Amino acid sequence: MLEVGNLACSRGDHRLFSGLSFSLHPGQIMQVQGANGSGKTSLLRTLCGFLSPDEGEILWHGKPVHDLGEDYYAELLYLGHLNAIKDELNALENLQMSAGLAGYALTEQQAVAALRRMGLQRREHLPVKVLSQGQRRRVALARLLTTDAHLWILDEPLTALDVGAVGLMQELIGEHLSKGGMTIFTTHQPLQVAGVETRQLSLS
Amino acid sequence: MKKMSLFGLLGLVVRRDLLLAMRRRADVLTTLIFFVMVVSLFPLGVGPEMDMLRKMAPGVVWVAALLASMLSLPRMFSADYADGTLEQMMLAPQSLSVLVLGKIVAHWMLSGLPLALIAPVLGLQFDMSAPALGTLVLALLLGTPVLSMIGAIGAALTLGLRGGGVLVSLLVLPLCIPVLIFGAGAVEAVTSGMSAASNLSFLGAFMLFALVFTPFVASQALRISME
Repeated sequence: MLEVGNLACSRGDHRLFSGLSFSLHPGQIMQVQGANGSGKTSLLRTLCGFLSPDEGEILWHGKPVHDLGEDYYAELLYLGHLNAIKDELNALENLQMSAGLAGYALTEQQAVAALRRMGLQRREHLPVKVLSQGQRRRVALARLLTTDAHLWILDEPLTALDVGAVGLMQELIGEHLSKGGMTIFTTHQPLQVAGVETRQLSLS
Repeated sequence: MKKMSLFGLLGLVVRRDLLLAMRRRADVLTTLIFFVMVVSLFPLGVGPEMDMLRKMAPGVVWVAALLASMLSLPRMFSADYADGTLEQMMLAPQSLSVLVLGKIVAHWMLSGLPLALIAPVLGLQFDMSAPALGTLVLALLLGTPVLSMIGAIGAALTLGLRGGGVLVSLLVLPLCIPVLIFGAGAVEAVTSGMSAASNLSFLGAFMLFALVFTPFVASQALRISME
């Protein structure tokens, strides 16, 4: 369970938000809403530990994430604006490398199966630089299929995706939640997971 | 899913960086060609006086190696920073220092190691003796890892800055002076008939010392740069 208490964050001299509190239980999904520049990405990056908050605390299962460090990261999957894939490598290599960096080894069969499900048949061995924006995003999203992290932090996961892929994302998040996972995400597109109420968090 | 050991992770990062370099060979070759060119310019500029060339050879090769390794430093983390891989590395459930060490090892294999291997060929232009050439290679093998390791700190600190390439040289070059002194000193000791053991021991000590501290310092610098 993720608990955030009285969180305040600023970029430069500008205070983005303060007094932010919420908690997220297994099986729950939360959408962070707000206008451009309201601090959605900063909030998600603070939850990942890239930014240190001005005040407040972030607890994972009752312990500060700062103290947990690597134990927290093992349960976390972050997908940012950047895809974290290499143009020079093919989709298969990219997926295996990012799994490796996340600390587990992925066999070729597992990686191919994940890419197939993301709709990248026969694209596994092409260098990523020849793929379209949407296909590159799909390669990045394939990580969601191979991870066993409990907390997914997704920053604009639907960017550049077509209708089919958005449907697939809803399906994936639904499966994740039904296994007791948690998801926090931002998006400007509608994303509704069947059978689960999406909680809203507004930054103003 | 199978968990990965620390050494497995180290190997993965090294393999990944080498694979990426193989797909983009120009970057590796520029460093090497720069080194060859700078060293070759000296005999042309100074003229064919064997005594003088022999005397200045160790210094010239070492200064050129220093400058060549500066050339590739800004690239150490910048590509990973630009495409978001660095963010994922920070979220790796293992120590970031191990990942940074992997990147340092890969950087050395692509910049320092080729310089050390080609140095004897360049040394011939300066009429260096066989024992001097051997010592030169040994000193470069011990010294260039230190350049990569100290350079990693500079590269991490200047990440994302405009004009970071020049800044990293200004930061790192002064710190590399001890390596230059003992590296060139080892070869001079051999040419003047003494033992290079003390100089080489110092280089080895620098390397071990840097190996212990620099991955940790560089990883902290990366965290600061990511904010």
